[in-house]
Amino acid sequence: MQRIGVFVCWCGSNIAGTVDVKAVAEALKAEPGVVYSTDYQYMCSQAGQNLIIDAVKEHNLTGLVICSCSPRMHEATFRKTAAAAGLNPYMVEIANIREQCSWVHKEMPVGTEKAIILGKAAVAKVNLNTPLTPGESPVTKRALVIGGGIAGIQTALDIADAGFPVDIVETKPTIGGKMAQLDKTFPTLDCAACILTPKMVDVAQHEKIRIFSYSEVTDVKGFVGNFDVTIKKKARFVDETKCTGCGDCVDKCPMKKNPNEFNMGMDNRSAIYIPFAQAVPKVATIDAGACTMLKKGKCGLCSKVCGAGAIDYTQKDEFIEEKYGAIVVATGFNPISMDKFDEYAYNQSKDVITSLEFERLTNAAGPTQGKLLRPSDGKHPHKIVFVQCVGSRCAACAEKGKEYCSKICCMYTAKHAMLTRDKYPDTEVYVFYIDVRTPGKNFDEFYRRAVEEYGVNYIKGMVGKIVPEGDVLKVQASDLISNKQLHIDADLVVLAAAIEPDKSARPLATMLTASMDTNDFFTEAHPKLRPVESPTAGVFLSGACQGPKDIPETVSQAGAAASKVIGLLCKDKLTGNPCIASANEMMCNGCSSCERVCPYGAITYSDKEFRMPDRTTQIRRVASVNPAVCQGCGACTVACPSGAMDLRGFANNQIMAEVDAICK
Amino acid sequence: MQKITRDQLITKAVELLSNGTVSAVLGWQKGEFDYDITPAVFTTEEEIKNNFVYNDFCGANFSKYLVAKTKKLEGKILVFLKPCDTYSFNQLLTEHRFDREKVYAVAIGCEGMADVVKLKNKVDGIISIDYKDDAMYVDTLYDGTVKVDYADVLAERCINCKSKKCVAYDELMGEDGEVIDSARFDEVARLEAMTPDERFAFWQNELSRCIRCNACRDACPACTCEKCVFDNPNSGVENKAPANSFEEQMFHIIRAYHVAGRCTDCGECSRVCPQNIPLHLLNRKFIKDINECYGEYQAGAEVGSRAPLVDYTEGDLEPGEVFERGDNNA
Amino acid sequence: MQMKEYKPLIVAFCCNWCSYAGADLAGNNRLNYPADVKIIRVPCSCRVNPMFILRAFQRGADGVILCGCHPGDCHYTSGNYYTRRRMAMLFSMLDYLGIERERTRVEWVSAAEGAKFAATMNDFVAQVTALGENKRLEDLRCKR
Repeated sequence: MQRIGVFVCWCGSNIAGTVDVKAVAEALKAEPGVVYSTDYQYMCSQAGQNLIIDAVKEHNLTGLVICSCSPRMHEATFRKTAAAAGLNPYMVEIANIREQCSWVHKEMPVGTEKAIILGKAAVAKVNLNTPLTPGESPVTKRALVIGGGIAGIQTALDIADAGFPVDIVETKPTIGGKMAQLDKTFPTLDCAACILTPKMVDVAQHEKIRIFSYSEVTDVKGFVGNFDVTIKKKARFVDETKCTGCGDCVDKCPMKKNPNEFNMGMDNRSAIYIPFAQAVPKVATIDAGACTMLKKGKCGLCSKVCGAGAIDYTQKDEFIEEKYGAIVVATGFNPISMDKFDEYAYNQSKDVITSLEFERLTNAAGPTQGKLLRPSDGKHPHKIVFVQCVGSRCAACAEKGKEYCSKICCMYTAKHAMLTRDKYPDTEVYVFYIDVRTPGKNFDEFYRRAVEEYGVNYIKGMVGKIVPEGDVLKVQASDLISNKQLHIDADLVVLAAAIEPDKSARPLATMLTASMDTNDFFTEAHPKLRPVESPTAGVFLSGACQGPKDIPETVSQAGAAASKVIGLLCKDKLTGNPCIASANEMMCNGCSSCERVCPYGAITYSDKEFRMPDRTTQIRRVASVNPAVCQGCGACTVACPSGAMDLRGFANNQIMAEVDAICK
Repeated sequence: MQKITRDQLITKAVELLSNGTVSAVLGWQKGEFDYDITPAVFTTEEEIKNNFVYNDFCGANFSKYLVAKTKKLEGKILVFLKPCDTYSFNQLLTEHRFDREKVYAVAIGCEGMADVVKLKNKVDGIISIDYKDDAMYVDTLYDGTVKVDYADVLAERCINCKSKKCVAYDELMGEDGEVIDSARFDEVARLEAMTPDERFAFWQNELSRCIRCNACRDACPACTCEKCVFDNPNSGVENKAPANSFEEQMFHIIRAYHVAGRCTDCGECSRVCPQNIPLHLLNRKFIKDINECYGEYQAGAEVGSRAPLVDYTEGDLEPGEVFERGDNNA
Repeated sequence: MQMKEYKPLIVAFCCNWCSYAGADLAGNNRLNYPADVKIIRVPCSCRVNPMFILRAFQRGADGVILCGCHPGDCHYTSGNYYTRRRMAMLFSMLDYLGIERERTRVEWVSAAEGAKFAATMNDFVAQVTALGENKRLEDLRCKR
């Protein structure tokens, strides 16, 4: 039986003006378990708190009921008071007789009666309170960044600069991501390589950063502070520690007709390749599907020319297991496939290209050494049509496009148009748009310059059809402002394809138990207030995996994610919320209902052995709650049919007791 | 009249038992009377040949028995499943209630089972029953042999059979059927069309007969909790004895709620109720509501499906809007 | 014998993060609503077990209202989505048993909606008062 002390606060006249506090204290004396009851002007004042501490000692109290303002106001205060008096802080319940009583009712008898009932409910609950201790778990002081684009690079650098080791896992043979493929960046037009490659070098040289390139995450177990991750290092058939990146093997390789992914397949690479000159790590990789040595056991030229002896045709996939305290997802984006957009003749004509292909065409390190030449015949195009929103904002065509705005297309199209007019003033440039969206620092000024200084023809309207005819592309479009149909004979058409999350994101989200929206973008813990955290504790989001973003936004989000990671890794121990769910194994059926409703993936199942009354043993599947992950919502407690799952601090019998106290 | 005969089942059971596929057989044996058939576990050929029965009163759904039986048994157990039992079988697998490896499931086609209450309402003093092709011939104490058409004693759950399709088995005997577009929700709709007062009167009349024998709970293949919430002293609703009208209502509401989205509508609750309370009408209300609000869902149709009450969509109906759909009476 | 004015007993379950804070805001702004409403604080609306609601009725409550964060705004991301399905099904079942649907309600009240909280409670109390005492649900044994 508890020994409960009741402390009724006047809150000056805030409570005492409408509630007869003495009558409340007197009435609650009669409640079961109550051994002491008093009132005071300001219970939260130092004097009030001392009064509580003295009463605990004098009357050997085991539980406290404070009839005062909202628990959202002073629950923490009174828990500290209880702790100071030597009680468990969770042996305190607050009856809210200010916000939910004296302030909303006018008449003294009414307010007093209700305050007594609220007090009774709190007493009934405290009678069933048990001391709670927050769980602690250690923190592995290492972070994992999944994805080595600009988002992952920036996050890794920021975390490593704070002194914590970071591993980057990148599926491609090199880090750099999409930004490495870009030519210039809006709105300042500095070259992407010039600002990105130094960062890539920083990553490579940072003593706290390890790069797992040509690798992927295959398994994630554990929870915040304690993730166990398996990383698959795909066989690249080149010993990374020996390869110097000299490129002799690339020159000698006879299998030169493989589409070059880095240049969007617009030229070819050899079977052994280094994606681009500034690749990090600068190590060759053998494309197993293209190499005759690996396919047929004949050739071996690269091995012969390699002075470092780095070629290893017998290399196997390698699995690495590592522990991490925090995981940052930076899996980025891809342009959507243009296969279903027949109206734009992407698959019929080589001269209909996507914006990313255009980036490569204008890049000095690209297939044309930066000269803008048509992919079909290598001639200089004189009339270029840019089509915006190809697959973006496309609610009606959900089967091939996306409902959302891809956000970056307006700006890069303006950039492309402007750069074309700048380099080749004899080129006519048309841009078809639904809206031009330029919210961002110096963004609208940039777009205005494209129109006003560079004479780009912006036309509001969509392109309906593109038909290749001879060596021109017949573009049919509508001009919505002058309400006319337009027919343009273009030499080159550039499609601003919508962007979508990388395909690796969905299986990764499943491994991480992180939630995703219907478009496969990762969801945030809170869309406004916790934008870089996933609802799964210890998993953070960086860059376009969370939603379409341009480079400045990605970098700032990357920094924000890093700071959250640093905040986590700084701690030696994580202290949990003690008001969490727990399963009574004796009653658990192992039905998985609780696991399915848990928003945090905090519930796992295991087979346990039970001694039965008839001296046999039974193996049963039972649930257990990870205290470091559970946030205490209680969804599982209602999903559980047997009542095996209960919530500490808000237990079934406690809430039932409150109901009974109110209703009697 | 069942197309699958007792002899066929015995042959199958003996075959699987003697070739070592299974070490026990879950089947039916005669109780005190010809119509009160009891589930039983057979472990020898002799027991099977002497005691195994199969007829139109073998309605018991064996799926639930697997939860307890597979835990204690070495080797596999043979279970005979009627189409509706196969749904319960799948649902229990979804909830990890038994080890599939320990079961050899033989699905058997079903022509619908007889309701003993209907038979007793027709004839008094039943001595024995002979199942002929055209009808059952009941030998009685008072009226000699009485011919009773199968259709006249067909159980309600079989009149409104939802599916003759067997959704889970290792082996199928007889013919597999189809999912049936039955009229099983008509009675629920009839109640929904009443005024609240009429509905209250209907349910008070039914539920006030409840004696809290817990037979519905004990027979229900969805009620397989290690310890029922009504037996759990910490739940606040622990109660075993009949109390008064609300106590029974609360028990039945909570029971129906706990199996909502998991209930396969096998009808065992109503079959076993000694007070003949139409408990299936509570479960069917939830099934009907779930189908109408969240899309058609048949528990147990496949293993691993997500029950509607542990799922959601962002565009779900608001609780108030649920009443606005259809001809739900105000 | 003196006729006493009928005062309903209303139990309100409020989630800690939105609706309980909304109720506090109603207090801060001194927005009146009847004292018949007694609030029970739960971490999330999804903590409310149908058994709590039935128990309230059994012990003599005339109406039960459940308040949580607006769908999409749940502090625990998805708790109130489960609440919505659970309560939709439970209330429909109660209605099916002939218990007036006006005695039960789910309302989404954010921490900023003090006025909505007070208005909701005023409306709900009026609605339940109009129905009168809840005789059908309560357990006479438990009534003192």
